[in-house]
Amino acid sequence: MAHDPSHDEHTTHVDHAAMGMVKEHPTWSTYWKVAVILTLITVVEVWIYYVPSIRDSRAFVPMLLTMSAVKFATVVLFYMHLRYDHRLFRVLFTGPLIIASFTIVGLLFLFGHLRIGAGAT
Amino acid sequence: MAHAAAVHSAHDTHGHPPTSTGLDNKKIAIWAFIGSECMLFASLISTYLIYKGRSVVGPYPHDACLPPACSTPLKAILNIPVTSASTFVLLMSSLAMVLALAAVETKDQPKHTTGERILGSSKLWLWMTALLGVTFLGFQAFEFTSFVHEGLTIRTNLFGSSFFTLTGFHGAHVTAGVLWLLTLLAIDYRRGLGPKDALNVDLAALYWHFVDVVWIAIFTLVYLIK
Amino acid sequence: MAITATAPAYAPVESYVGESGLWSWLTTVDHKRIGTLYLFTSLFFFVVGGLEAGMLRWQLAGPNKHVLSAELYNQMFTMHGTTMIFLAIMPLSAAFFNYIIPLQIGARDVAFPRLNAFSYWVFLFGALFMNFSWLIGAAPNGGWFGYAPLTTMQFSQGLNIDFWVIGLQILGVSSLAAAFNFITTIINMRAPGMNLMRMPMFTWNAFVVQFLLVLAFPVITIALVFLQFDRFFGTNFYTIAAGADPLLWQHLFWIFGHPEVYILILPAFGLTSEIIPTFSRKPIFGYPVMAYATMLIAFLGFGVWAHHMFAVGMGPIGDTVFGVTTLLIAIPTGVKIFNWIFTMWGGSLQFTTAMKFAIGLVGLFTIGGISGVMHASPPADLQQTDTYFIVAHFHYVLFGGSMMGIFGGIYYYYPKMTGRLMSESLGSWNFWLTFIGMNLTFFPMHFSGLMGMPRRIYTYDSGQGWDGFNLASSIGTIVLMIGVALFLHNFFRSFRRGAIAGNDPWGAATLEWSIPSPPPEYNFESIPRVTSRSPLWDVKTPTLSAEVPHTSGGDQRVNVSFAGSHVGHTDSAPLTSEPRQRAESGMHIELPTGKSARELGIPMPNPSIKPLLCAGSMVIMFSGLLFIHKDNLPLALAVIIGGALSMTFSLYAWVLTPLEDAH
Repeated sequence: MAHDPSHDEHTTHVDHAAMGMVKEHPTWSTYWKVAVILTLITVVEVWIYYVPSIRDSRAFVPMLLTMSAVKFATVVLFYMHLRYDHRLFRVLFTGPLIIASFTIVGLLFLFGHLRIGAGAT
Repeated sequence: MAHAAAVHSAHDTHGHPPTSTGLDNKKIAIWAFIGSECMLFASLISTYLIYKGRSVVGPYPHDACLPPACSTPLKAILNIPVTSASTFVLLMSSLAMVLALAAVETKDQPKHTTGERILGSSKLWLWMTALLGVTFLGFQAFEFTSFVHEGLTIRTNLFGSSFFTLTGFHGAHVTAGVLWLLTLLAIDYRRGLGPKDALNVDLAALYWHFVDVVWIAIFTLVYLIK
Repeated sequence: MAITATAPAYAPVESYVGESGLWSWLTTVDHKRIGTLYLFTSLFFFVVGGLEAGMLRWQLAGPNKHVLSAELYNQMFTMHGTTMIFLAIMPLSAAFFNYIIPLQIGARDVAFPRLNAFSYWVFLFGALFMNFSWLIGAAPNGGWFGYAPLTTMQFSQGLNIDFWVIGLQILGVSSLAAAFNFITTIINMRAPGMNLMRMPMFTWNAFVVQFLLVLAFPVITIALVFLQFDRFFGTNFYTIAAGADPLLWQHLFWIFGHPEVYILILPAFGLTSEIIPTFSRKPIFGYPVMAYATMLIAFLGFGVWAHHMFAVGMGPIGDTVFGVTTLLIAIPTGVKIFNWIFTMWGGSLQFTTAMKFAIGLVGLFTIGGISGVMHASPPADLQQTDTYFIVAHFHYVLFGGSMMGIFGGIYYYYPKMTGRLMSESLGSWNFWLTFIGMNLTFFPMHFSGLMGMPRRIYTYDSGQGWDGFNLASSIGTIVLMIGVALFLHNFFRSFRRGAIAGNDPWGAATLEWSIPSPPPEYNFESIPRVTSRSPLWDVKTPTLSAEVPHTSGGDQRVNVSFAGSHVGHTDSAPLTSEPRQRAESGMHIELPTGKSARELGIPMPNPSIKPLLCAGSMVIMFSGLLFIHKDNLPLALAVIIGGALSMTFSLYAWVLTPLEDAH
C-alpha cells in the first residue's frame, strides 16, 4: 500500500468532531478569568469562615454550598468544556451527578442530619 | 480538495466505519467513568457527613477536646489556612491543565510573540500541572503527618477513619493523575505531542479537572462547614 | 490517489495467529469468543451454585437433619447466593452482552476489545479466588449481603469474610470495566441508520443495565473498602463501640443492592423482548414505551433501596417515601408485562423452547413481582421480612425471571453461536421439568414463610406446620436439577448433533440474523444500513414490519423487494449526508465467504495476552491482603507491591501497544 506522506500534514489537525467540540474551545483570555473567579470565590469562602457573625448565622451553610456549587459548575463548564462540547457528555455527567446528589441528601435525611422544614443542620 | 478530504477521513478511521456519533470512543468512556466516580465520592462524602459529630473520643475536626472529655487537651484538627493554600494550588493546576491542552491543540500554529511561545509550550504546562499536583500531595502529606502528631490516626475515632479514607481516596486519585501527566510528558519528550494527541491529553485533562471539582466539594463540606 | 482509495487499508505486520488452540483463547479479543468464555464459565458456576442449593434443600428436607453443620450451612447459603448472583446470572448476562450487542447494532467488535478481555479474566480469576476458600475450609459465611458489623473482625475472625470482601471487590472491577465498554459500544458503534429508537430491545435493556452497573458498583466498592479497612487496618466504620451506625453498611449495601436486582433481571427482559416478537410474528407492542419503561425502572431503582430495611425502623417519613417509590416501580414493570402479552395477542405463535421459556418468564416473574408489591407496604413487610416468603419472592424473580429468560436466550441464540440448533424435544422436557420443579420448589415457600419459618436457619423442629412444605421444596429441587441436567445434556450434545441452523432459523427481525451462524470474526462483511426497527423483516418478510416506522432521521424507505435473499441497497440517506456514509451498503443478507478478515481487507484488532496478565496481576495484588490477616505483613506487602508493579507494567505494555497493526 502506497503511503502518501502528504496525509501526514492532514492528520496533524485536531479532530474536533472526535473530541466532540460543538463550539470552539476558549483560550487563555477566558481561562485566566475563570481562574481569577475561582480564586476570588475561594477567598470569600475562607474569609466568611473567619467572620464570626456570618459563621454563626443561618445563612453560612447555604452561602458556602452556593459558592461551592458555582465553583464546581465553573470548572465543569469551562475547564472541562461541557459548555462547548457535545451534549452527550453533559448527559453522561449530569445524570450520575443528579443520582449522586439525591443519594447524599437521602442518606443524610435517613441518618437524621436533615429534617424536613428545618433546612440543613 | 474535497476528494482529498474524503480519503483523509477514511485514513483517519483506519478503515473502520465512522462512529455513530462522530465522537471518539475514549472520550465517551472517560465521561462514563467520571459519572461512575461521582457515585464513588458521593458514598465517601455521605459517610463522612453521616459520621460527623458522632466520634466518641477526640480529637474533633472543628472543636478542641478538653478534659474531662479527653484525658489530655486536644486542639481542633483541621488547619484551614494550610488547606486553603492547597486548595488554591489545585485550582491553579486546573488552569495549567487547560493551558497544556490548548498548547497541544495549537502546537503547529506559528508563534510570534514571547507570550504565544510560553502559552504554546505543552511541556511547560504539563510540568506545571504535575508539579502543582505534587505540591498538593505535599500539603496533604504535611497535613496527615501533623494530624497524626496531634493524636488523630485512621484508627482513633469515626472522624479519623472517615476523614483519612475520604481525603486519602482523593489523594490517590491525584497521584494517579500525576502519573498520567508524567506519562504524557515522557511521550512529549520522546516524540513531541501534537494536535493529533489532543484527544489523549483531553482525557487526562478531564480526569484531572474532575479530581479538582471533587476537592472543591470536599473543601466546603469537610473543612469549612462546621 | 485512486489507488490509495481502493487498496486494502490493512497491511499486517505481525504474523497471523492461528484460529484455535489454548493460546488463541488466552489472547483473544474477539467479543464472540469472550462471550463464549463467559457462557461456559458462568454455566459452570451456575451448576456449582445449584449443587450448593441442593445441599441446602437436602439439609432442610425434614426437621432436625444433620447433613450440614450450622457453620457449613452458613457457608453454603452464603456461597449459593453469592455464586448465583455474581458468578452465574451476571456473567450469563455478560455472555449475551458480549456476543449479541455488537451483532445487534451492526458492529465488528466492541469499542475496547482488550478491555473486554480484561473484564473476562478479572471475572474468572475473581470467581476462582472466591471459590478457593472452599479448599481451605473457610468459605464466606456472612450471607451474600454480608451485613456489617456481623462481618467485622470482632464477630467474624476467620478468613471467610476476607475471601468474600476481596472477591467482590475484584468482581466489581470486572463489571465496571465491562460497563464502560458497552456504554461506549452502544452509543458509538451502531450501524448507519440505527438510531436509538431503532435499537433492538435486548440492546436497549443491556444499555440501561450498563448505567446501573456504573452507578451502583462504586457504592458497594466503598462499602467494601470500609469493611476491608476495618478488618485489615483497624478503622472504625462499623465499630459500634466507637459510635458507628449499624445501619451504614445496610444503606450502602442496598443502594447498590437494589439496582443490582435490575442488573440481574433487565437482561432477561431484553432476551424475552427479542424472543416473543420473533415467535409471535409481530413487532413488539409499544416499542418506545418499552424503552422508556426500562429507563424509568432504572431511575426509580436508585430511589427504593431502603425497602429492604423496613424492619430497622426508619420512621414514618422514610417508610412512606420508600414504600411509595417501590409501588411506583411496579408501573413500568407492569407496562412491560402487558406489552409482552399484547405482542403475543393476535400473533401467530410458535411454541419453540425459547418461546416457552419466555412465556414462562412473563408468568413467573409476574408472581414474583406481585409478591414484591406485597412487601412494598411497610406493615405487610414487617410480617414477611426475614421469612421464607421473601425467599419465595426473590426466587420467583431471579429463577422465574432471570434464569427463565436466560434459558430462553440460550435456546434462541445457540444456533447463532454454534451454527446448530438445540434439540426441541429435549428442550420441551427441559422446559417443563424446570417449570414444574421451579414451582414445586419455591411456591411452598410462600406458605412456610407466612407460617413464620425464618430464613437462614440451618434446621427446625417439627410440629410447626413447615415439614410438608419443606419436603415439597426439596422434592421440587430434585425435579429442577433433572431439568437443568437435561439442559446441559442438550447444550453439549447439540454442538455435534444439532441440526444445521443457517443464518436465520427463527425468521427474526434483527441484524444478528442477517449474517452466517456462527458469525465470521468480522461479523459483517459490509456494514448494513438500517432503516427500521426490524431491518431483516424489511428484506425478507416486509408485511410483518409494515406497521413499524421507517422514516426517521432523514432516511427514506426505498426499493424493498421480496426477490432472492439479497435485495441490494435500501440506502436512502439524503444526498446531503457525508459521502462515506452513503457509501455503506444497504440492508442485505450475508452468506459465508470462507475468507478471513485479512483476505477481505477488514481491519480487526490483534490478539493480546496483556489483558490476561494485567487481570492476573491485579488479583494477586488483592490477594496479598489475606496475609495481613495472617499477621504476615512482609509477605503481604511483597505480594501487594509485586502484584501492583506487575499490573502497572502490563498496563503500560497494553496501552502502548496499538490495537491494530500499523498502516
